[in-house]
Amino acid sequence: MLDRITGTKRTVEANGHLPVDANLITEPAQLASRVSAWEAVQAARNIQRPHTLDIVGRVFDRFHELHGDRGFRDDPAIVGGIADLDGRPVVIVGEQKGASTEENIARNFGMPHPEGYRKAMRLYRLAEKFHLPLITFIDTPGAYPGPEGEERGQAEAIAQSILLMARLQTPIVVVILGEGGSGGALALGVGDVVLAMQNAIYSVISPEGCAAILWRSPAEAERAAKAMRVSGPDLLELGVVDALIPEPAGGAHTDHAATAAAIRTALAAQLAKLERVPAADLMSARYERFRAFGALDEAGAAPPPPPPDSWWRRMMKRPSS
Amino acid sequence: MPFGRKPNEFPSHLWTQCPSCNEMLFNKQLARNLNVCTKCDHHFRLGARERIELLVDKGSFHEHDAALTSGDPLGFTDSKPYPERIAAAQTKSGEKDAIITGEATIGDNPVILAVMDFEFMGGSMGTVVGEKITRAAERALAERRALVIVSASGGARMQEGTLALMQMAKILGALARLDQARLPYVSVITDPTTGGVLASYASLGDIIVAEPGALIRFSGERVTSGTVGEKLPTGFGKAEFLLERGFLDQIVPRPQLRERIGFFLTAFRAASQDLRWSL
Repeated sequence: MLDRITGTKRTVEANGHLPVDANLITEPAQLASRVSAWEAVQAARNIQRPHTLDIVGRVFDRFHELHGDRGFRDDPAIVGGIADLDGRPVVIVGEQKGASTEENIARNFGMPHPEGYRKAMRLYRLAEKFHLPLITFIDTPGAYPGPEGEERGQAEAIAQSILLMARLQTPIVVVILGEGGSGGALALGVGDVVLAMQNAIYSVISPEGCAAILWRSPAEAERAAKAMRVSGPDLLELGVVDALIPEPAGGAHTDHAATAAAIRTALAAQLAKLERVPAADLMSARYERFRAFGALDEAGAAPPPPPPDSWWRRMMKRPSS
Repeated sequence: MPFGRKPNEFPSHLWTQCPSCNEMLFNKQLARNLNVCTKCDHHFRLGARERIELLVDKGSFHEHDAALTSGDPLGFTDSKPYPERIAAAQTKSGEKDAIITGEATIGDNPVILAVMDFEFMGGSMGTVVGEKITRAAERALAERRALVIVSASGGARMQEGTLALMQMAKILGALARLDQARLPYVSVITDPTTGGVLASYASLGDIIVAEPGALIRFSGERVTSGTVGEKLPTGFGKAEFLLERGFLDQIVPRPQLRERIGFFLTAFRAASQDLRWSL
C-alpha cells in the first residue's frame, strides 16, 4: 500500500490555521488552466518578474534593511530587515535576484554564499528574540556552487539555517516567489505556512541538472521538469506548499502592483491566524508538518529479495572505488 | 604493479589495484584490513553491513525498520520507471534502500546507529532514508540514547523530487529535538558525501569526524568547475581540506573509529547532568 501523505493539510487543519482565504488557491481544481511544468519554469525565471525587494517595497508600509552576517561580509544575494504590515512589525529575509544583467551580476543571480545564510540566521534569531513573526521570500536558482562557497562551508551554513528554522520559536511564513532551487531555497523554507506564487517552482535539483544526470543531456530539461513535478499545482498536490497565491492573468511580471496586493492580503491573513496560536502548538505543528512527508511502503512485509551473495563474497568483489 | 608481471597474472576477483599507490592488493587481505590499503592506507569504500560490524560492540546490533521501502510518489520515469530502478538496486544489494538503522552499543555506550550505503543508488536520500533517520532520532530521544549517523551519499534522490528535499527539514526537526534534550549526535562522514546529505545532518554533529581522503563537498565537481571555468586544485573538497577550513573535528582512520566514537560518548555521558541517557 502506498501511503502518500500530503501532510500539511491534515496538521494545519488540526491547528485551525489552514489558509482558506478567498484569494488563495488550495486545490489545483480552482485553477482555470494549468500551465505545463516547463512554462512554470520559464515564468518563474522571467527576469521581469517582481523580485524580493520589489515585493517588499510594495507590500510593507515601511522597510529598513539590515546588512551583513557580522562575520565576513554582506551578501547581496540575500536581503533582510525589519518591516511593518498594517502597524505590525515583522522580520523579512529573502533571496534577491536582479532585474537586469548588471544587477544580476551584483546580486550573483540570486545565488547566496554561506555568509548570506549566516546573515539570514542572524535575522531569524533577531525575530525570535523579540517575538516578531518571520516572513521569508524564496527566489534562487540554488546556493552558489563555486569554490569560495565550498571553502566557507556552504553545506554547513544551509544545514544550520534549516535546523534553526525548525526550532525557531516565532511564527514563520514562507513565500516562494519565483525559483525554489533545492537546499539553497530550503534554507529559507521551513515555516508554519508555506505559500507559493501560482507560477513559482520548487525542485530538488534544477531541471537542467537532473536532465544532465538522468538523461545525460541538459537539453532534456523540459522532460526533467515535468518528471520532477516542480510546478505550483504539483507542489500543492504533493503537500509541499499549503496554498498558491494567484498571479495576474498574464503572470506576475505583467503587473507588479497587483501581484504585491495579492501577497499582502495573503500575508495579513496568515499572520493574523498564526499570532493566535500558542508557541508550543506552533512548534509541534511545524514539526508534524515536515514529519509527515513520506512515500513509504511498510505493509509490504515481504522479505527483501535474497542477496545474490553472502556479504563476505560481496566484500571480496567490492573494492573498486 | 611489480616489475615484469603481466596484468593477467592478477585476475580481478582475486586482486585489486590501489588507485592511490598502485599496489596490487590481494582481495582477501584487503577485506581483512577493513578495505584499507595495506601499503598506503588508502580507504576504499565500505558497505553498510561491513561498516556496522566494524563500528559496534560485537553482536550488539539489532536492526530496526528493515521492511521500509519506497513508493513512487511522482510516478517518475527517465530511461526506466523509478520502481524498476529500486527493484534493480534491491536485487543487486540485497538491501531495501540506501540506509540501515538499528540499536547497538559502541564502547558500552547505548546508541542508535544509522549507516548509509553508497552502493544503493549512490546512497541517495529519498523518503526511506529520511524516515529511517527521523525514526532513529526519535527513538534515540525516547530511549535516551546517543545517535550516530554514518553518511555516504551523492545527495537527495531526484526521483522523489521535492519530497526528497523535504526529508532534510524532517530529519533536522528531529535532530533539533535531540539537541534540545542534550543527547549526543556523532556524524561520521565517509567517501563520498555531497549535496543534500552534507547540507543537512552530516554537517551538524556535536562531533563530526571523517575518514581520510573522503570526498566531502556541497556541489559536484562538474558544477563547481563549470562555475569557475577552471580546474580546481588537487585535494579540493577532500576531508583534509575541510579539516583545515574548520568544518571537521577530526579525521579518523577506519580502524580507530569505534574506539574514538566510544571515547567521545563516554566523555559526554560522564559530564552529563542527566546520567539517564546511559540506559
